[in-house]
Amino acid sequence: MSLIIARDLTKIYRAGDIEVPAIRGADFAIEPASFVAFVGPSGSGKSTLLNMIGGLDHPTAGTLKVLDTDIATLDRRAAAEFRGKHIGFIFQDFNLVPVLTAYENIEYPLRMVQQWPAAKRREQVMRLLKAVGMEAQADKRPDQMSGGQKQRVAVARALVSNAQLVLADEPTANLDHDTAYRIIELMRRMRDEFGTTFVFSTHDPKIMAEAEVTFTLEDGRVLSRSNHKEVAHA
Amino acid sequence: MLDVLRIAGRNLSRYRRRTLLTLLLIVIGMVAVLLFIAVTGSFKAMMVGQITDSVLGHLEVHRKGYVASIDTLPLNLNMKPSAVAKVDEALGQIDAVETWSPRIKFGAMFSNFTETTSIRVNGVDPAREAATVPLLPGRMIEGATDGPLVAKGQIVIPVLLARGMKVGVGDTVVLVATNRDGSVNGKTFVIRSITEGISGPGGRDGYIHIEDARELLRMKEAEVSEIAIRLQDPAQLDRVTAALKQALAGVTSPEGKPVLEVHTWAELSPFASLAKMIDLMTVFIKVVLVSIVLVSVMNVMVMAVYERIREIGTIAAIGTPPSRILSLFLGEGLLLGVIGTAIGTAVSLAVIFALNVWQVHFAFGQQQNLVLAPEIGAIQVASIALMVVGVALLASLQPAWKAARLDPIDALRHV
Repeated sequence: MSLIIARDLTKIYRAGDIEVPAIRGADFAIEPASFVAFVGPSGSGKSTLLNMIGGLDHPTAGTLKVLDTDIATLDRRAAAEFRGKHIGFIFQDFNLVPVLTAYENIEYPLRMVQQWPAAKRREQVMRLLKAVGMEAQADKRPDQMSGGQKQRVAVARALVSNAQLVLADEPTANLDHDTAYRIIELMRRMRDEFGTTFVFSTHDPKIMAEAEVTFTLEDGRVLSRSNHKEVAHA
Repeated sequence: MLDVLRIAGRNLSRYRRRTLLTLLLIVIGMVAVLLFIAVTGSFKAMMVGQITDSVLGHLEVHRKGYVASIDTLPLNLNMKPSAVAKVDEALGQIDAVETWSPRIKFGAMFSNFTETTSIRVNGVDPAREAATVPLLPGRMIEGATDGPLVAKGQIVIPVLLARGMKVGVGDTVVLVATNRDGSVNGKTFVIRSITEGISGPGGRDGYIHIEDARELLRMKEAEVSEIAIRLQDPAQLDRVTAALKQALAGVTSPEGKPVLEVHTWAELSPFASLAKMIDLMTVFIKVVLVSIVLVSVMNVMVMAVYERIREIGTIAAIGTPPSRILSLFLGEGLLLGVIGTAIGTAVSLAVIFALNVWQVHFAFGQQQNLVLAPEIGAIQVASIALMVVGVALLASLQPAWKAARLDPIDALRHV
């Protein structure tokens, strides 16, 4: 069964009387434990798609089911709860909480969103710190870390609550190529280790080649789907 | 909750200068209010104590209409012995009454045999008067300071009169008074002691024995002008006043009208207006404190939300419920209030302690060398502290609400 199913998905932004279509009738499906990229130029609708999948934005028309939940029907509170339980986010600008250490940033969803018990929380955070290779930097704050280290922490934060789906909007855009490859490699390794589905957006041709399934977007339409491995199915 | 406060504390330390400035404003406000309350409160308590314990007592009973004409000390409005007996009976049944003292008040001519001036005289029972206004014996600055307040044939006069008339302790003087029938009588007295002046009604009165007063005024029966009452606890004033009024309401004239009236010290002393003014100023300065806390905390919280919009978007995106975001910002306001209150209270108590160690002396009216001994009760400190913390929370509410209601998408796009 597909993890994400979109049928005739449409998103139109309105600015006064002007309608700006961002997504035009997109149809796609993403399977569990897949490593998927939405690619396309700026303004093609990649971020809008990820936002809708993450329940941050609502479709104007069509259906979007994530983990068998019609995400468009969730209100603000329910959407937050759904994200907290099932979805992890990785941002282009890392978006770590500046006053917290690497350990505390990773711990944040368990402590402030899901309220795990302390012992279980510590075990899980240490596991993720080790998995992303940031054990030695656990006590560092974001302003004491490099871009690559910050994004490693962000990956760990996205995975810490055992999310089944991680959405990464241009996760390598602010990294140099070597670091960007290492982050993509890390994400893939995490997929292998935790069985988590990774969906990311990029317009970098070298990075998009790393994805196992690629959806190409242009002007809000899904133009093509490339399957580099038989992991995901359209 | 501790997690929220921990993160709130870290966020406050992120903008250290701004946080310190806000805390400084709260501390200054707290210190200003607590010191004002401590200083004015002790001043008020001291002045009220002086007035009630050396002149007026806590309550006074008069014949109806006497207080309205008190400037002329009308002898025709004295209480008859039957009325006095009713008052004695009523007072005897009220537990909170410690003691009471009957007085005859009248105006007289005071002569040193070469000069004459006017004087207000209190005819008192020395023992009962000393018990009712216990600070009065301590106001003697010349002459006998122990033993009965005044014996028969003696007079106690205020210092201003003594100086003006160039008389001293042991001198013989003459009082000439007109009685209620219009006949004039005179009697010689020896000055026993001289009292310091005190502000307010009765502060420059002379004292003679009540039997001398009756003799001088040729009273045929034991009339009194007023009965001064001392309570065991001044805090019981309202309760006792109500009980006494109720008890005396039954003392009526043949026409069925009440004969007696009861007044508290506040109704008889102009200082009560000053005390009310102090209370009003206390309210005003509390309003200023509330404004300072409200504006400074709201300003810092509005800035905090504006500067952290992307951060709010991030934590909302990763599933933080709006209520938790609200509590994160309320936590910052709460911490500002609590820390500012704690420092402000500590500084205030230190200054109050210092003012009690290095005493400040001042004069008020005729009273010289009064010592300022500021003090403040735990309840007052707690109420001000709660008010500041509450206002800090209130000031954080709007920015926190705005943060909690931010759309994650808009917040994440914010530059």
